[in-house]
Amino acid sequence: MNQLTIPIIFYIFAAITVLSAAFVVFSKNVIYSAFSLLFTFFGVAALYVFLSADFIAVTQVVVYVGGILVLLLFGVMFTNTIMQTELKADVLHIVPGVLLTLVLIGGLLLAFYNASAAGQWMPGMMQLQGSVVERIGFETMSRYMLPFEMVSIVLLVALLGAAFLARYDKAHKKEH
Amino acid sequence: MSSSPSLNTWSDALSGFSIGWFPLGLVIVAVIPLVFIALYALTYGVYGERKISAFMQDRLGPMEVGFWGILQTLADILKLLQKEDIVPTAADKFLFVIGPGILFVGSFLAFAVLPFGPAFIGADLNVGLFYAVGIVAIEVVGILAAGWGSNNKWALYGAVRSVAQIVSYEIPASIALLCAAMLAGTLSMQQITVMQTGPGGFMHWFLFNNPIAWLPFLIYFISSLAETNRAPFDIPEAESELVAGYFTEYSGMKFAVIFLAEYGSMFMVSAVLAVAFLGGWASPLPNIGGLHLNDMTSGPAWGAFWIIMKGFFFIFVQMWLRWTLPRLRVDQLMYLCWKVLTPFALIAFVLTAVWEIYR
Repeated sequence: MNQLTIPIIFYIFAAITVLSAAFVVFSKNVIYSAFSLLFTFFGVAALYVFLSADFIAVTQVVVYVGGILVLLLFGVMFTNTIMQTELKADVLHIVPGVLLTLVLIGGLLLAFYNASAAGQWMPGMMQLQGSVVERIGFETMSRYMLPFEMVSIVLLVALLGAAFLARYDKAHKKEH
Repeated sequence: MSSSPSLNTWSDALSGFSIGWFPLGLVIVAVIPLVFIALYALTYGVYGERKISAFMQDRLGPMEVGFWGILQTLADILKLLQKEDIVPTAADKFLFVIGPGILFVGSFLAFAVLPFGPAFIGADLNVGLFYAVGIVAIEVVGILAAGWGSNNKWALYGAVRSVAQIVSYEIPASIALLCAAMLAGTLSMQQITVMQTGPGGFMHWFLFNNPIAWLPFLIYFISSLAETNRAPFDIPEAESELVAGYFTEYSGMKFAVIFLAEYGSMFMVSAVLAVAFLGGWASPLPNIGGLHLNDMTSGPAWGAFWIIMKGFFFIFVQMWLRWTLPRLRVDQLMYLCWKVLTPFALIAFVLTAVWEIYR
């Protein structure tokens, strides 16, 4: 493949991600913000592919686009008078906001500077070889067994809680 | 056909082809599935659907344009191209226009990982099957954009029903495909197919070489009907209730694009089904004694032929079911998904794991 092609594709995806993320924040219309998130998530997934993390990229699409974005859109669509509501923050903290942004940018630039001064980015613990999926499966079932199981229990409890809250309550219905 | 080129020699050569700095080959590779969807959906899809439904109802179907009406779809295309592009006044212009686009892109993104024969696959990802299942999520957002943008209550209801259905049926579909992935020991579509090739032809396919695979096969087939909004799961576009569902307000080329997306995803789920359980591009014919039928019908061109034929066969079954089964109610749909398919998919998952360990 052409030397120039990969950077061009990368910058296209980076631009899509940043511009759509900016649109999510600055748009006055909630629906447009929600739909704009699609392009943000998609762009981030594409950036994962550039880091040769295929599995994470696909998981990003499945979880964020297929799950969270759809949930968000449903929530927005079922809210009454969503088109009339004008989004406006009552309190604007300009000075702390700008300060926080400057600190964040400074920190990131410092990290970049240190990394390029040292001549390399932080190297990975082990070199990737072949399929990443097998490696991920192996690690979750061995070294990260406990966190993995804990996450599964937390998710199960959350599911049960949601089902309990959403359940059709017969006794409650009779009172009304 | 005896000499089989190694994987992607053709497509790699094509994608490396560029004029100056402009990677023309990359663009051409991306266009191949697009052209394929368009050609198939226009010729086989629409014409086939009309003819098959006609024969099932003891009619003749389109007969006027060309021999046996074979040019009917071309006439339809000319009509659709000439139509005025109507955007309803009350519609959300931006979402109304972008909806069909997202839908179409979402439905043909999965074509990137479909292996069309031993020598051609768009991208041999090591998470190919997962990608093919997951990328459908983008289609869902397109449906919501179309339904909401139309500013029509039928369209919105259709979109919400469609999305609820697609998101729910993704679960049994994914678990069923996971069974195939376990049998193959990989998620790469090309590798899954290679695992099912052999001199025995169809006997190497996962559906036939073990006692469990019929269960995930059936579960995935039923779920794929629901995911493509085909009958008996066509609740999102139920004509008698919702006019036409989420594309009620669309006409002209936008309608054609939605139609192409639907036929594209019909072929996609059929091809995924063929890859996961029916050997993808592997030839079904076995070698019988000195008659090497399997060797004769294998190779790059034959591979493309077999997977497209398998895809077409399942599209035929989808059309067949459309005129056989009545539409489900919404509650029956959810009952089928959560109380029948999902538990059975989990049972199939456990049985496949046991088979893989103890065989």
